Amino acid sequence: MMSVFFTYFALMSIAAGVLTVALKNPVHCGLALLALLLHVSGLFILLNAEFLWAVQVVVYAGAILVLYLFVLMLLNLKTEERYFHTSWTYFLAPAILGSLYVLAQLFHSPFSGAKGDAPAQAVLQDGNTFAVGIKMFSEYLLQFEIVGIFLLGAIIGAIVLAKTPKPVDANRNSP
Amino acid sequence: MIPLSAYVAVSAILFITGLLGVLIRRNFIIVLMAVEIMLNAANINLVAFSHYLESMAGQLVALFVIAIAAGEAAVGLAIIIVVFRGKISTNVDEMSLLKW
Repeated sequence: MMSVFFTYFALMSIAAGVLTVALKNPVHCGLALLALLLHVSGLFILLNAEFLWAVQVVVYAGAILVLYLFVLMLLNLKTEERYFHTSWTYFLAPAILGSLYVLAQLFHSPFSGAKGDAPAQAVLQDGNTFAVGIKMFSEYLLQFEIVGIFLLGAIIGAIVLAKTPKPVDANRNSP
Repeated sequence: MIPLSAYVAVSAILFITGLLGVLIRRNFIIVLMAVEIMLNAANINLVAFSHYLESMAGQLVALFVIAIAAGEAAVGLAIIIVVFRGKISTNVDEMSLLKW
């Protein structure tokens, strides 16, 4: 049962990713990106990460993607004729070779290592959200605060950048 | 039981897709979307290792990655609006000059 769901989510997310890169109309690309995000959130459910599933749906699919679609509608882009880089076929062969090499390396490696302190039984006892919260507000508190300051800076930067500029003085450019 | 390498393989394929998108697409907004694909691939990797190595650290870093993706999207789209207001198209090949 798990493998059926995994196959579905994996194949659909890869297909949606390829469509995001390959489709011509930017709005269609945004919708394919939405499909990708939702299927990746399904993969998170299979990995017992319910809190990340919720964050993925709410923040990524709900906020970031709507921001993209808003800007697409605002700019009213028309589909360009040549939408790929002129020499895009030259990128394709190294990319396929590189990904095949990476996949071959991945299937060889055993991926064993020291286990952490959160086995599945202990996490399932109080729920994934509880475990994430305990860890975040004890060991990762400093990183959490840094992310808060980073987001404040990003908000201020976005507002300053997108603000309607004042009319430029006529004599400002003359030396 | 799904092996860990299956998740890592999905993540690798998605990452290569996003990287190809950054390299070959010419529309700035699509380039940003391809960056989002790469961040999602990294998130799958982090959460899969967090599950199989029984540690919460991967999920927390994935949360921080999502927060940083939100900031990146906001600032990137603001830059696109500024560039587009100057009647330059959103083609990345035509945005080759900074203001000096």
